[in-house]
This record gives sequence, C-alpha cells and structure tokens, in this order.
Amino acid sequence: MNLSGQENDRLLAALRGLLAAKNLVSTAEIAERIAATDRASPAQGAAMVARAWTDAAFRARLLADGARAAEEFGIMMRGAPPLGVLENVPGLHHLVVCTLCSCYPRAVLGYPPFWYKSVAYRARAVRDPRGVLAEWGTTLPEGTRIRVVDSTADYRWMVLPRRPDGTEGWDEAALAALVREGDMVGVTQPRLP
Amino acid sequence: MPEEDAARPRAHHDLGGVAQYLCEPVDQSAHSLTDFDREVDALRQVLGQKGIMTVDELRRGIEAIPEAEYLRLGYYQRWLRSITAILLEKGVVGEAELAAALAVEQ
Repeated sequence: MNLSGQENDRLLAALRGLLAAKNLVSTAEIAERIAATDRASPAQGAAMVARAWTDAAFRARLLADGARAAEEFGIMMRGAPPLGVLENVPGLHHLVVCTLCSCYPRAVLGYPPFWYKSVAYRARAVRDPRGVLAEWGTTLPEGTRIRVVDSTADYRWMVLPRRPDGTEGWDEAALAALVREGDMVGVTQPRLP
Repeated sequence: MPEEDAARPRAHHDLGGVAQYLCEPVDQSAHSLTDFDREVDALRQVLGQKGIMTVDELRRGIEAIPEAEYLRLGYYQRWLRSITAILLEKGVVGEAELAAALAVEQ
C-alpha cells in the first residue's frame, strides 16, 4: 500500500477506528495516555535539580541512578529507558543530543522541544557545540571542556547544571524556579532573573 | 574510513556532523503540539504498552521512509507513517480493511 499520498488526519482516523474495532486500542486509552504524557514537564526535572543542589545525599543518588532518583519524586519510570545524569562542574560542561532522531528523558521532562528534534541541532551539536551554545547566548569560561553525549533509544541523558552564584540560602522551590528546560539539555545555564 | 563510507553510505536519519546543515541556525521558536501530534504520540505508547509494536520498530519504520519524504514530513507525520507500515507488515491491520476505512473517512 502506498502511504505517501495519504492525508494525515484521515490516515490517523482510519487507523484508530480499525484498532478500536479490533479491541486493541480504545479512545479512552489514548485519552489517558495523552493526559499522563502531558503531566511530565521540565518542572519535574527542575525540582530534581534543586533537590540535588541542596541535598548531597540525593545528589549522589541522582548521579548514580537517575531513574531511581526520579521515582523518589513520584515519577513513573517503569517501562522507561534508564536515565543517566551528567553533572556540570567548573571546567566541564555537558550537552545532550539525539543525532539519530529525538531520544529524550520524556518521563521526566515531557515532550522534547521542537528544536531538539530539528535537523540543524542534530547535525551541529556534535560538530560545533560551542556555536550552538552561542546561539542561545551561552558562553562558557575559557578553558571549559564540552562533553557532547548522544541520547539513544535505550539510554536517556539529562544534565545537572551548576547552581548559580548568589543563591546561597535559597530554598528548593526558589531554586527550582531558576531551572529551565534548556539547562537540563545543556544549551543554557541557570541564571538569576 | 573512506572505503567503508563508500560501501555503506550514511543513512539519511544519521545526522550527527552532516556538513550540509552546519551553517543552518537552530530554530528555537516554540512549536506547540497539535491534537494530531498528541494522539499519534499516545497511540505509539499504547501500542508499546500492549506489546503490539516496540519503539525500535517505530524507529525502523521512520528510517525506512525515503529521504525526500523524510525531510518533507513533519515529526509526527513520520511516526504515523511508520506505525501504519509496521502494523500492516505485522498483519495487525490488513491492507483491504485499511483501504476501506480510508474510503469511509474521506
């Protein structure tokens, strides 16, 4: 069957109708899955980052096994690939990409952003990471190494960014509010508002 | 190694470092997902949970889309194309019944 001429909404409706008629996938199951997927968001990752900044024992657990640490936050990781967490430290910065497609720690951070899936990001992150960072306005101190890590279908990565200077004594909620999606991919760094 | 490159050209989804895109800025603008996007995404997840289709099969189906079409199609359009092809291939859905359902949806 030649699928290339099919209009997408029509194809989806036809397929969903057939799968429902065969009792394989119901409308309710699709709706439940959408709701569950929409619940994951960068805010979940930001909460984990803030905890890691304020609780050394949690930080150690997060770096040892990101998926298990996420479960401490009530995030459902069963069936999700393992989650590795890359810690940015003075002199070493991490950037995550999926060169083959769009592998992303979805259970924690939600749907990958559009730019993460783009041809330009996938091609350039591994060849010109500093150029990519510059487009986000991110410049690293002189002498900082960049490690670019390729996320795969079987192993997902997120970045534990550096805690900004000037946040001593802040509570977890205030710290979490500083952490954005791009900080956990490595294109940006958290900064004071 | 050039010999190997010539014998096995890089697949078109394998974009890491591809020179053609090195001067293309990354489009950082936010694109909100449509209902279509969310439904296709959820459909793949439910098919996975039920053991009907794996994420690796999804990838194989996406990577099998000819290059020109791969580049033309939107992200979730590729997913739907792959899901349909894999379900047909596995006999979960038949060609005739899909053709009939498409005619009804017209």
